[in-house]
Amino acid sequence: MTGAELLDSLDRLFRGKILSRIEFRGETTFTLAPQDLREIAQFCRDELSFDYLLDISSVDNFGCEPRFEVVYALYSLKLGVHLRLKIALSEEVCAVDTVSDIWPTANWHEREIYDMMGIKFTNHPDLRRILMWDGYPFFPLRKDFPLEGKPSEMPDVAFSQVAPMEGGPFVTVPSTATTKDREPRARRPDLNE
Amino acid sequence: MPEPIPAAYDSKIEGNVIFTRLDAAMNWTRKNSLWPMPMGLACCAIELMATAAARFDIARFGSEVMRFSPRQCDVMIVAGTVTYKMALAVKRIWEQMPEPKWCIAMGACASSGGIYRSYAVLQGIDQLLPVDVYISGCPPRPEALLEGLMRLQRKIEGERSFIAQKPALKRELSEVLG
Repeated sequence: MTGAELLDSLDRLFRGKILSRIEFRGETTFTLAPQDLREIAQFCRDELSFDYLLDISSVDNFGCEPRFEVVYALYSLKLGVHLRLKIALSEEVCAVDTVSDIWPTANWHEREIYDMMGIKFTNHPDLRRILMWDGYPFFPLRKDFPLEGKPSEMPDVAFSQVAPMEGGPFVTVPSTATTKDREPRARRPDLNE
Repeated sequence: MPEPIPAAYDSKIEGNVIFTRLDAAMNWTRKNSLWPMPMGLACCAIELMATAAARFDIARFGSEVMRFSPRQCDVMIVAGTVTYKMALAVKRIWEQMPEPKWCIAMGACASSGGIYRSYAVLQGIDQLLPVDVYISGCPPRPEALLEGLMRLQRKIEGERSFIAQKPALKRELSEVLG
């Protein structure tokens, strides 16, 4: 079975549950509803030989609804095929079923997403923060968290302060211009407006 | 020509005795055996290791004895990015070091947070510890670390530390000597 046939069969079998299929430069992305994730993930691993979960990442589309996206990058070592699964989460729900029992490597990926973005993974065996300390009150990769940080204090454990931003922050500009135009520069928000 | 002043002269000890100030003698011993606490937290630690290795050879300055117990250290070399999660651990290790102790902030991150203007990074270890020498660079070359160490040695030379640290001994000495 080739990679294309494999993905077609998935498309056929879960026709009602795959919300959209996007092909871009030979990469296939399926968008799913959060409640169907586990069923399709299990099928991908057991029947379609997607035995390797490359990564889980999350996107904060601040200002849009639904706000969050979680992206699963799968790979079949046997067939050399990539597959991307995407689910959208609204801010009120902000939780999705864990896949750490399907791919054990998901355990730490999900902890990192919980730590940085605040998305919870239900039935995760050990959903603690992985980079920041337990008790840190913010989710720093959310778009509404300032680049310079916020002060926090946990006596005898850790603290954080606002970082100075003289001449900064250094930000990229999203565009299709050349690297010279896009590279990070000091762009003070109060001067640009 | 005036007569030479008669002085007690013992040929057995002449040449084996040196007169100096107590501070100078203590500082001389301290500055030439600074045992570092290698607080390697990021890529600066690689340069710290290079400084200790044969090519740059920190042993030439008496600092080859990297101790991994803070109880045996004189100078903490903070080499790398101090995150807030690590910051209080660094401070705790600093407090476990016996006096007298010194601190070298090695590299941009330890000195000022460096490129990390961020929610996760302490903006300079001097917010928690008294730093004696800052070394610029990202990371600094081993020569820069050795220069920093030599500057710290010069700083120790000028300290009036021993008498200041031992008021009881000073009192006792002045009583004995009158």
